[in-house]
Amino acid sequence: MNDPLLEIDDLRVDFDTRAGLVQAVRGVSLTLGRGETLGLVGESGSGKSVTAQAVMGLIDVPGRIAGGAVRWNGMPLVGEGVRRRPRRIWGREITMIFQNPMTSLNPLMTVGAQLGEVIHLYLGLRGAAARTRAAELLDAVGISGASRRLDQYPHEFSGGMRQRVMIAMAIASEPRLLIADEPTTALDVTIQAQILELLAGLQEKLGLSIILITHDLGIVAGLCHRVAVMYAGQIVETGTVDDIFARPGHPYTQGLIRSTPRLDAVEDRLVSIDGTPPGLRTPPEGCAFRPRCPAAQAACHAPQRLASHGAGHVACCRAGVDAWDVGAA
Amino acid sequence: MTQARPHRPLRALLAELWQDKPAALGLAVILAIVAMAILAPLVAPYDPADQSILSRLTPPVWNDRGSWEHILGTDNLGRDVFSRLIWGARTTLTIGGLTCLIAAGIGTVVGLWAGFMGGRTDSVLMRLVDIQVSFPGILLILLVVGVLGPGMWTLIIVLSVTNWMVYARLVRSVVSSTRQTPYVEAAEVIGCRPSRVIFVHILPNLVSPLLTLLILEFTNIVLAEAAVSFLGFGVQPPDTSWGLDVASGRDYLFIAWWLVTFPGLAIVATVLSINLFANWLRVTTDPEEREKRHARTVAARRRRRGTA
Amino acid sequence: MTDFILRRLFQGFLVVFGVTTVVFVITRLAGDPVSLMLPLSASDEQRAAFAAQIGLDQPIWVQFLRFAGDVALLDFGDSLWQRRPAMEVVFERLPNTALLIAAGLGTAVVLSIPLGAIAALRPGGLADRLTTSISLLGLAMPQFWLGLMAIMIFSVTLKWLPTSGIGTPAHLVLPALTLAMTPLARFTMMVRAAMIDEMNTQYVKTARAKGLGLGRILRVHTLRNIMVPFLSISGWELITTLSGYTVVVETVFGWPGLGLTAVQAIQRGDLFLVQAIVFSIALMIVCIGILMDVLSKMIDPRIELN
Repeated sequence: MNDPLLEIDDLRVDFDTRAGLVQAVRGVSLTLGRGETLGLVGESGSGKSVTAQAVMGLIDVPGRIAGGAVRWNGMPLVGEGVRRRPRRIWGREITMIFQNPMTSLNPLMTVGAQLGEVIHLYLGLRGAAARTRAAELLDAVGISGASRRLDQYPHEFSGGMRQRVMIAMAIASEPRLLIADEPTTALDVTIQAQILELLAGLQEKLGLSIILITHDLGIVAGLCHRVAVMYAGQIVETGTVDDIFARPGHPYTQGLIRSTPRLDAVEDRLVSIDGTPPGLRTPPEGCAFRPRCPAAQAACHAPQRLASHGAGHVACCRAGVDAWDVGAA
Repeated sequence: MTQARPHRPLRALLAELWQDKPAALGLAVILAIVAMAILAPLVAPYDPADQSILSRLTPPVWNDRGSWEHILGTDNLGRDVFSRLIWGARTTLTIGGLTCLIAAGIGTVVGLWAGFMGGRTDSVLMRLVDIQVSFPGILLILLVVGVLGPGMWTLIIVLSVTNWMVYARLVRSVVSSTRQTPYVEAAEVIGCRPSRVIFVHILPNLVSPLLTLLILEFTNIVLAEAAVSFLGFGVQPPDTSWGLDVASGRDYLFIAWWLVTFPGLAIVATVLSINLFANWLRVTTDPEEREKRHARTVAARRRRRGTA
Repeated sequence: MTDFILRRLFQGFLVVFGVTTVVFVITRLAGDPVSLMLPLSASDEQRAAFAAQIGLDQPIWVQFLRFAGDVALLDFGDSLWQRRPAMEVVFERLPNTALLIAAGLGTAVVLSIPLGAIAALRPGGLADRLTTSISLLGLAMPQFWLGLMAIMIFSVTLKWLPTSGIGTPAHLVLPALTLAMTPLARFTMMVRAAMIDEMNTQYVKTARAKGLGLGRILRVHTLRNIMVPFLSISGWELITTLSGYTVVVETVFGWPGLGLTAVQAIQRGDLFLVQAIVFSIALMIVCIGILMDVLSKMIDPRIELN
């Protein structure tokens, strides 16, 4: 993985709230190669969505980038080293789709007009040419009767269809990276599978890189090459999908895997992780997972750092494997 | 790193208000005007109706011909403008307060009833409210005044009758949305009496929006009273009112600018202060807005420290 | 659509009926209608003729029907002051009021949208604080006072513009600007608030993720989306202006419109004319309400027409 497409380097995002400073992202570092699909996994509040929004430059008051940098092709995009607002990266080379397709489209503009904006802005097409391209895009994301549906408003589309429209919009500029923030969470299970299949197909066809943000390890297993697990604003483990599922190095990852239902394994019951994530107003020294960890030791109070668990697989735990007394299922 | 949360909530609230200087100033002005109105007989240097032909049309003190005896000058009958302002505050606050109370009272009862009964009662009541909202405001007041004759009580009654609908609408919408929340449904399912549901579950939810509306409506009433009194259909002499004073100063616009200017400024100061404070209150009662305001204050402080 | 308009028309009819009833109750039951409506100088024959005309010897519901019938035909009798049909006076003065409102509210609409949008670009920024402060000040100034101050400064002191009256475009400037102030402040605050709300919506986040510039997001996405609330608030403001602001502003500037005429009619005890004006304005308000509802439905595709 030489010459990474996207580098996130020690990124920090703070929120100034009335209750105090909340450190939502605490030093996240990640790299992403061309054509790679990375799953960013964690429970709500772990900082995965905030990380993605920071990459897109979407952090607003009360949040702010408190440190670190995001680089695109080696060029500073967010944080340190950024001189002026980068143009033509967001929306053209990096695009994003969101969790709730019901509210992600402007309710008062036709789908065609919203697609047309991107087509005009990045492909320079107008009028009939733009319309043809828009119809092709809808077709590509599996919406039938495309030319008729261009003139319809978002409320005339179902949730799954709206997410397809969002995807069409996101690939219209022929981007190199698509960030999908919980793209299927708000959808029915059957629709979920279709959307994921669509993403996988597009990735193959267009050579896209994808960052897939989810709390569902099952989705990651089917779609991603690599996984990064986030907990309390930090990455606790990264590695290839196979590695992580076979030899999870961090007790939190192990717990996540144990609590994911699987169709192929006849397991007696699912395990849940007791307790709740720490509040990020006063982030704990040392391992943030310590209070919930069955294998916590005295050493866990010291600051943690990622340690190698084999080729390209790092985790930040001293407790090591088999914290849950089961290992790889 | 993070400040400890103050334990006294009132003090914390005042500290938060102090961050917003215009709002804090607004509250101070409101309190000053209220104090002035209550203590009018003690504060006012003269009786507002005292005439003195000798010192008529004296300009304010900073003018060459002005004197310390009449700080803001005198009118065409030699009455002290400053004393009239103080007594005018009394009239304005009385009319505004009474009208708001009566209108809010009627509106709350109708709104509670409509929201609670639902169905047919609700739609009939709300249709009535729609109709009343479409009535031509001040013109209707003028018609009533034309028939019944002008006066403070006519004004209070007419203003109350034409202003209760906003409260009814607000209360109804809060009640019907509160009733659909699981905890009220649960209370009804386990057989709480309707009166208990209203008092224990619904009224607390009403306090904050109703208070905000009351404050804003109060400014509307102040402005309406001033306008109607200015037109000569509201407060009648020998009572004093800021609107009335502007009207009587109007004939001397060319020679005595202070007669029109000061009563008008009193109205502006009152309404502006209330608006500034209400604006702050609105943000404070909206959790999301409140967080943003906090973050902006922090960011501004950080910037200042960074450049200093 | 037709169904909706019909329903709205029926509702409007109810309003007019309500106004009719209220006026009837006020003028007939508050005392002796003959001495109330006719001047003190009226002769006994005139009084008897008037009593017979409104059917004072008939039961109350017959009186009401007769009154409602006259209202339906827009026949409000002769103005005592002008000595001609009251509706004739209304039609003569209406264009002046319309001109004043068009100039005043037009100014307010045209200025408020860019002002509110600029303020919303950076909430809490300098432009926002400035716009908000000036708007709050504008909302706090009574129009009669603002008008008098404007006369004092621009007419008396600087002698730039006429103090009152009608005729040249210069006569229109001060009344129109005075009338514009309150609506302008209210519109600006509304545009700002709505714009800030819109900027926080998910679809604007999508638009930003698409790489659209802030300017384009404002122009294409949020402005269109605040049009529906803007339309309804301008409808309300038009109604308030028609039934309140114009009365004050026309009086201050001696602008011969419906508002000034109403005030003069009351001062002269000419209740026929007052009734005619109140009814005409109620009628206009109802029509404006219906028009606004129909327009909102045309802008927002989500609102079902039935």
